[in-house]
Amino acid sequence: MILDKKHALQQKLFRQFAETEFTKEILDELEETGEFNWEMHKKMAKYGFMGVKIPKEYGGAGCDHLTYALMDEEFARQSAVLALYANTSNSLGGGPLLLAGSKEQKEKYLPPVARGEKILVFALTEPGAGSDAGGTTTTAIQDGDDFIINGRKCFISGAPMADWCILFAKTDLSAKGSRGISMFIVDMHLPGVSLGAPEKKMGIVGYPTSDVVLEDVRVPKDCLIGKLNKGFQTAMKTLDGGRLGVAAQAVGIAQACLDESVKYAKERKQFGRPIADFQGVSFMIAEMATDVEAARQLVYHAAQLKDAGSEEASKACSIAKFFASEAANRCAYKAVQIHGGYGYIKEYKVEKLYRDARITSIYEGTSQVQEIVISSNLLRK
Amino acid sequence: MKILVTVKQVPDTSGKVAVKEDGTLDRASMQTIINPDDLNAIEAALTLKDRLGCKVVAFTMGPPPAEGMLRELMAMGVDETVLITAREFGGSDTYATSQIIAAAIDTYGLEEEDIVLAGRQAIDGDTAQVGPQIAEKLHIPQVTYAGDIEKDGRTLTIKRILEDGYMTIKVKTPCLITCIKELNTPRYMTVLGTEECFDMPLHIMDYNTLKDHPLIDATTIGLKGSPTNIYKSFTPPQKGAGMMLEGSGKETAKQLVSILTDKHII
Repeated sequence: MILDKKHALQQKLFRQFAETEFTKEILDELEETGEFNWEMHKKMAKYGFMGVKIPKEYGGAGCDHLTYALMDEEFARQSAVLALYANTSNSLGGGPLLLAGSKEQKEKYLPPVARGEKILVFALTEPGAGSDAGGTTTTAIQDGDDFIINGRKCFISGAPMADWCILFAKTDLSAKGSRGISMFIVDMHLPGVSLGAPEKKMGIVGYPTSDVVLEDVRVPKDCLIGKLNKGFQTAMKTLDGGRLGVAAQAVGIAQACLDESVKYAKERKQFGRPIADFQGVSFMIAEMATDVEAARQLVYHAAQLKDAGSEEASKACSIAKFFASEAANRCAYKAVQIHGGYGYIKEYKVEKLYRDARITSIYEGTSQVQEIVISSNLLRK
Repeated sequence: MKILVTVKQVPDTSGKVAVKEDGTLDRASMQTIINPDDLNAIEAALTLKDRLGCKVVAFTMGPPPAEGMLRELMAMGVDETVLITAREFGGSDTYATSQIIAAAIDTYGLEEEDIVLAGRQAIDGDTAQVGPQIAEKLHIPQVTYAGDIEKDGRTLTIKRILEDGYMTIKVKTPCLITCIKELNTPRYMTVLGTEECFDMPLHIMDYNTLKDHPLIDATTIGLKGSPTNIYKSFTPPQKGAGMMLEGSGKETAKQLVSILTDKHII
């Protein structure tokens, strides 16, 4: 796909910003402390990255899915974790409100999220409900004009910094499976909301993740987003969009693996010549380049299908995520292999890329869940 | 009040430099960037706009693809842009260029409270002449090498940064100021800017727009009319990397003497 003038300009902005601002010092600090970098968050917000996909009337830039994918890709090429900083508000956070929120809800919550003043996260996963999100056991019981929520959500990216979370809870206890689940927006500062300790993760270090525990949390009924008992459908639609973002992030990681490998293969000398001269190495680079380009085209295509409102978009997003995240893992493996012993040392960028790549085939639906989505699109028609 | 900024698209000198037979640069075959000092002028204008809410208009003279640069400037926050483009203007030297840009600024309208900002110099020609010549043609005062600009009503206080010191100058609008990199750090485009810049006003001024302006003399514009004739253009040979000597003063002095002796310099 050849980008039009606007998307090419946007790609230039994302690339310029990431190449200049995501410095080695900042990346090292994220890795060492594991803490959220508020300064970077504010800087990203200033240029409008938090609101890329949020419509203009709600304080965002109103860009399309292709722009969003370009941002995730370019940011992840420099830092997979900093790509997440600008991602949540545009996908899992803002997505459910855009899909199912009322005008009042959108007006209340989206502008401060688009400006980066508030952080909104997505809480679906539970200790016993991961790929099987329908197995949600968190409950929200109506009590007069309120709902009382009890339960535990886990692996919630961004929970320690969040002001609000999009939360899924069972509202019809008699309904089975994915039925009877509703979606709420919960103020994280309400009495009864507490957090688990930040998880010590393999990769994407610097974007804290923790459990969210809800004990008799009373939320007013205007915090219900969309129809009662119909939240699961919105969750699935939101994840479609989120998958596109993860796929783009995977392309960025894969591209970074390729960038590092090309550079290193030309510099590193063994047997009296650069290792790039050996086919064992150069063929790996060719395989990586092919993987990166194929993944990129799948992502851009899925983005365009989403922008066109195509029925094929959901399947295309799953295909893109499935392929791109597996490709990122293949590329990370090869990048470390090309770097040899040095690739195993933390000082080299590929060591981090290897760990960061790993999450892309897990979160927002594992590769196996993507295969279920893809195949059921083909077989259950 | 408005701020008019002159900008130039220049070859990215970190890439390969191509020269045409007549000695001028083959711009079409080279990657282009916005001249770095001009970005400082744009940032200075946008900083004043943030504070005072004035309009910022960017002017450039160049071939039609310069539109890309102008869109980028609008994505940063510039309100309007003017592209001065015509075959007749091609190959102009600084003397010819400044009369054309001055005519364009005058045609657009320069009022009492307005400020014209320019970069100190372009990285391709390194002349630093166009800004000052525009001021002369427009009969407005000029202050060069601005490292700090403050505005109070119609009075601007400008700190000039020179090689051997500072100079503070007060000047009244309308005036022209050339900016240096010490003035500020240019901002990025904004996402909203990139989304909207293709629908923002970009005015084209061609030969017909400007030919009857009193500042335009048809015999002194373009390559033929330019008093400067380029004899030869070439890429200077790269200097080798310097050598660092480490150790105590006495040791390094000894090493230095032996190196210079070996090279028969002393």
